[in-house]
Amino acid sequence: MQRGLENRKLRRIVLAAGAVALALGGLAGPAYAERDPAYDAARASGQVGEKMDGYLGIVTGETPELRRLISDINIKRRAVYAQKAQAASATIEEYALTAGCLAIARTQPGEKYQAPDGGWRTRTTAPPVRDARCP
Amino acid sequence: MKARELTSGGQPAKSASMRDRGNGLQSKSRLAAVLVLGPILFGSILGGCVSVNAPDKPIVIELNINIRQEVIYRLSADAGNTIEENEDIF
Repeated sequence: MQRGLENRKLRRIVLAAGAVALALGGLAGPAYAERDPAYDAARASGQVGEKMDGYLGIVTGETPELRRLISDINIKRRAVYAQKAQAASATIEEYALTAGCLAIARTQPGEKYQAPDGGWRTRTTAPPVRDARCP
Repeated sequence: MKARELTSGGQPAKSASMRDRGNGLQSKSRLAAVLVLGPILFGSILGGCVSVNAPDKPIVIELNINIRQEVIYRLSADAGNTIEENEDIF
């Protein structure tokens, strides 16, 4: 009798703790706006580069996982571009190209970016070679 | 003169007219064969020749060529904020 009551109390505590953990996890999810470690690693190693059109491209060492990762990010980027372009009365392509200019400017030394000739370049400490229209 | 037991049947073609008749039949059937088999053969040869090769260079379509610099300058500040707000995908 006594033991049954204790067990029930314990179970309630465990359930409550679980609920709290779930709630915290749900809150922490969207608040964390950090890059996926796999994406960060692919950028740093030069497997992935910033294209002029505002999307990511695979430079070398394509695998199905990497392709999926990059496609996923590009789809998210496109959704953001679409929303922001509409608010700014611009086309998605215009907005994406502008973001591409800025994303290339933000690359870190060692990362890859697409030069106006279409080829991949490795970012050095010098400014990147960008489209003449870039701000 | 050859022995007739093996060939049997009709008379051997002794005269020129008889030989011509035979040749006529033969050339007619040859013509028919060409008419029937010709297109099939020709078709199969053509079919074997038609091949589509993938280009060895990637096809680059420049869609952004018409975007003007003014537009990019106008959107620049907004796009900069967007990148900062969405650091996980940039």
